[in-house]
Order: sequence, then structure tokens, then C-alpha cells
Amino acid sequence: MTDRAIDSSRTSRIRVIAAGPQSLVQDGGRTGFQKLGVSVSGAADIDALNIGNRLVGNDPYDAAVEILLGGAEFEFETTATFALTGAETGATLDGVPLTGDVSYSAHIAARLVLGMPAPGQGLRTYLAVAGGIKTPRILGSRSTHVASEIGGVDGRALAPGDLLEIGQAPAIAGSGKMFNGIDTLANGPELLAVNVRVVLGPQDDEFSAAGIRTFLDSTYVVTDQSNRQGIRLDGPVIESRTGSYDIVSDAVVNGSVQVPGDGKPIVLLADRQPTGGYAKIATVITVDLPTLGQAAPGTKITFVAIGVDESQQLLAERSKRVLESELGQAVGTFLVQVNDQHVAVGVTEGETGRRGPVTHIAQINDVAYPISAVKYTPAE
Amino acid sequence: MTEQASAADLKVEYPRMLAVGDSALLIEFGSEIDPEMNSRVYALAGQIEASNNAAVIELVPTYRSLLVHYNPLVSDYREMSSFLDDAVAGANELPASAARPNVIELPVVYGGEDGPDLETVAEHAGLSTQEVIEIHAGTDYRVYMLGFAPGFPYLGGLDSRIACPRLKTPRTKVPAGSVGIAESQTGVYPNASPGGWQLIGRTAVKLFDPGATAANKSPSLITPGSEVRFVPVQTHD
Repeated sequence: MTDRAIDSSRTSRIRVIAAGPQSLVQDGGRTGFQKLGVSVSGAADIDALNIGNRLVGNDPYDAAVEILLGGAEFEFETTATFALTGAETGATLDGVPLTGDVSYSAHIAARLVLGMPAPGQGLRTYLAVAGGIKTPRILGSRSTHVASEIGGVDGRALAPGDLLEIGQAPAIAGSGKMFNGIDTLANGPELLAVNVRVVLGPQDDEFSAAGIRTFLDSTYVVTDQSNRQGIRLDGPVIESRTGSYDIVSDAVVNGSVQVPGDGKPIVLLADRQPTGGYAKIATVITVDLPTLGQAAPGTKITFVAIGVDESQQLLAERSKRVLESELGQAVGTFLVQVNDQHVAVGVTEGETGRRGPVTHIAQINDVAYPISAVKYTPAE
Repeated sequence: MTEQASAADLKVEYPRMLAVGDSALLIEFGSEIDPEMNSRVYALAGQIEASNNAAVIELVPTYRSLLVHYNPLVSDYREMSSFLDDAVAGANELPASAARPNVIELPVVYGGEDGPDLETVAEHAGLSTQEVIEIHAGTDYRVYMLGFAPGFPYLGGLDSRIACPRLKTPRTKVPAGSVGIAESQTGVYPNASPGGWQLIGRTAVKLFDPGATAANKSPSLITPGSEVRFVPVQTHD
């Protein structure tokens, strides 16, 4: 147990038992190579990635597994501290329900099973593990971009049987932490109809005044023609100034709202190509991008225009709350004396999502596990 | 009525700077494809890179504009626009570069299995396949920008005699290194991908290698601002 040589030579791994519709290794994204045509990719819900990593003591942009629509299953080959953030799937560890935005300990051979998110509970769940997922870094990032076969495991989505190496857990990794710095899918409102804030431009002058009014006054619906590359919306046609929506190809960003020939907006997301040839009426503010990364088909979207200054203030505030707010303790513990040794113990009750089952967490000396608990009613 | 009239009369003064959300600014030099304008884009990119501004995350030069990704938590919109105004003014004063651009030679096997559409292009042009090859290989093509896919160059300067419409039905898989023509553009696919261009040949040169950065080299053989020359060869070795 105290032999460091043995401990450090052991590779920590997670085995993928089932990958669900699509599970991808994602980190903060691959910046610096867009001028060579390389997509940034990275977590579609960057807040959920940051929160998961903070809960397990990682750097906020370390690599985690992004799981689309649940359905995935993992086996821990070593003990590990982990957290689930983002979409609520009613996940269990060895059959015991878990709460989102809380860090837990997993025993060797423990099975983590994700269910499916309910409507309005988001699309993407993040599995963050203390030490981070250590697939090879390609052009400075571990993010998977499936279209160009770069990053992750051989540039592809995870498949059953894949073994994901985990880095050395940071010294501050401890389970039983809880995040409540911002509203998340675990504790906030449902995602059925949302306001998405934009800064108009850069090419809003390619649209008529009536076209811009249509864009801001209408409700658009997320279609099933949506993925990590972009969200295709259905709704009223946005009128261009000249009848054409084409421009000389130029650069696009995360959140660019481009309008192709059919006049219906597409919001570009993490996996976008770095350049495109359609006029961009507006740009979604950074703070609202995670919402779009979690917006399922059918979600109603209303765009609200704000100024650049306000969007930057919002980003500064959000960044503070996501990256710096103090983590809570998921369990209140008290000291007991066992055989002359002091032990901190505690049990607490939580919920998975808003209508999930009640969960229980037991903590002993900073190690938190989910437990099955049956309410004890004392006899008279 | 008056609204429409004013919109139609919209006059834009270049260069202009535009906010792109909260984390990027765009500098446009014009609205057309023009080599001189493209040179100014790269001059400005060079100027900004040389400044080592800590807020600048990444630059994306395109045909006629430069996108600057920046960290607004380091420099806000006002600070960044003022810095970029100065950079635009500074780049304007730079003398036009007399240096010849870097020319990248790509050996290409034209026709046959490597270029299944060479005869279609020749037929469309009313020329022999040999004439198409000579015309295509007779020009150095400016790399205006990269995009669409890793290492994919947007090349300018195709001779209009060999311009040819795209395939009616795109191929589901175009082999890596394929050289194609689409309308008045020519290009080369760095990686296997779906594509609708008329394929006239193929190069065996590896165009994109993410591992190249380990040796401090660009992962893309073709870099923005350089020129590409296609050299006809009989075989790939």
C-alpha cells in the first residue's frame, strides 16, 4: 500500500462496456490551427466540462468523456474519483443511483451505467475522472473531431472494449464535493424553451431590416438535422438585403448564426469547419453556448440581441462562478471515535435530476460512495 | 421604401472592423477575391503576430478578411479594437513585400485511375487531355486560405479554358491527394473525404500530418500565402 513504485507503475484505466449513441473524448478544444483548416471541436457544453473537472480536482479543461443521450456503460479498472455533469440520465454505480454535479469514489470493477435523459434534461453528459482521460494529444488537444479523424481514440467515437487511460489523480482529488455556482441541468430550469443572447453581426448588413426583425421576433425550433457541427433551426425565413445569402468564404466562430439559401438560421457549434461561405447575421454569446450544446430537437429558441460590452461582462461573471466559486460538501460529516481513531462520517440524501429517485451518499474520511438506504422507522 | 433604397445604396468603407460576438473581431479589406487584398490580410496577420499581444488567441486569415480570436478577460472589446486599429495602420505602412512567395511543388499523376474525370474536363473544354494537363500544370496557384478540412487549400488562378462544373452526384469517397476542378477553382484533397469535384489527377505527397509539430514543422505542407505548382509525372515513385 505504501509502495509508491508499485502504485505509480500501475496504469489506471476505464473500460468502455457500452458507448450509447455517441461517446467522445473532449477537452477544451484544439486552438491554434484553424488557419490550416483544423476544426476546434472540444466539449459542446464547456461549463459542464469545467464543473466536472473541478469536482474531481482536475484542471478545468482536462479531457473527459462526452456522452450523447446516455446509454453508455463503463467499468473502472482501479479505484477512481469521478463526477457526472451535464444532462441527467439517472445514472447508477453498481446499481445505486447517483446525483449529478457531485464527486464520488468508485471501487475497482465498479460499473457505471447511464440511462437516458428525459425531455428538457439536456443531451450530453460528461464523465470527468480525477487525473483526466489521457488519450494522445494531437495538435495540442485530446478532443475528438470525427469528420477529420483527429483526436480521442483513433479519431473516432468510443466503442465497446475501448480502454481509456486515466492520469495520476491530483493531490486535491477527493470525493463528496458538490457544485452549485450556477444553475445547471441538475438543479436549474428545464431546456424546453430558451432565450439565447446574441451580438448582431458580423454580416448583419447583408440582411434587410425586416429580415433582422424576423430573426429577433420569431421563435425557432431545433430540428433533428443538428449535431456537434451545428444546430439547424426551423422557423420564419430571414430576408437578405440582396436576395443572395452567399459571401466570399471567410472565418466563422463558435456560435456564428449563418443563414444559407433557404433563409433559415444554422448556429455553428464546436465541430464547425473554420471557414464558411454564408452571411452571418449574429453571433451567440459565449455564456449561452452551453445551452445550445444541450438543446435537443424540439427545443424552442428566441434570439435576444445585446451589446458586446454586456456580453463580455456576462462572460467575466460566468467565468468567475464556474471556475472560481467554492465547491460545497455533498455530505455533512461528524467525528466519531473508533478504536481510539477519529473518523469523519456522514450520510445525506439527494435527488437525481428533478424527478429522479432519491439518492444517498455515505462519506467516510473524505471518501464518498453512493449507497442504498432504506428508511428506518423506529418501533414504538 | 426608403428603408430598401438606403439598404441598396449601402456603401462600405474598407478596411472595416466588426465585432464577432464577445471573443473575436473581424477586419475586412473588401468583399471580393483579389490577390493584392489577400496580401494585405497576411501583412496584417504578420504585424499582429509580431506584437505578441497576450490577449490574442488565434488568427484566421481568409481571402479578404482576418479574424482575430481574443480572450476578452485579458483585453476587452475597446482595448482590442484600439490595438487592432493601430495594427491595421501599421500594416498599411509596410512596403509591399518583394520576396517571391514560397512555391510548393506537387508531383501529380494525371488521368487514368488517379484522375478519372480528366477526359470529362477535356471534352467540356474542347481540348485534348494533354492540353488540359499542360494548362493545369502551367500556372503557379496562389494559396488564398485554408479551410473546409485540415490542410485543404483554396487556390486562385485557374485558367478559364479548363473550368468545369462539379459532378452532378458527388463521390462518397475521394482518395487523399486527389487533384480536382470545380467551376473556376482547382484544389487538392489532403485526406479521403466525400467530394463533388472533377478529379483530374492525384499526388502521393502527404499534405497533412498532425505529427509534424513534434519536429517543429507545420502539420500542413501547403501554408497560407504560398503558391502551389503541379508537376506532371508518369508514376507515383
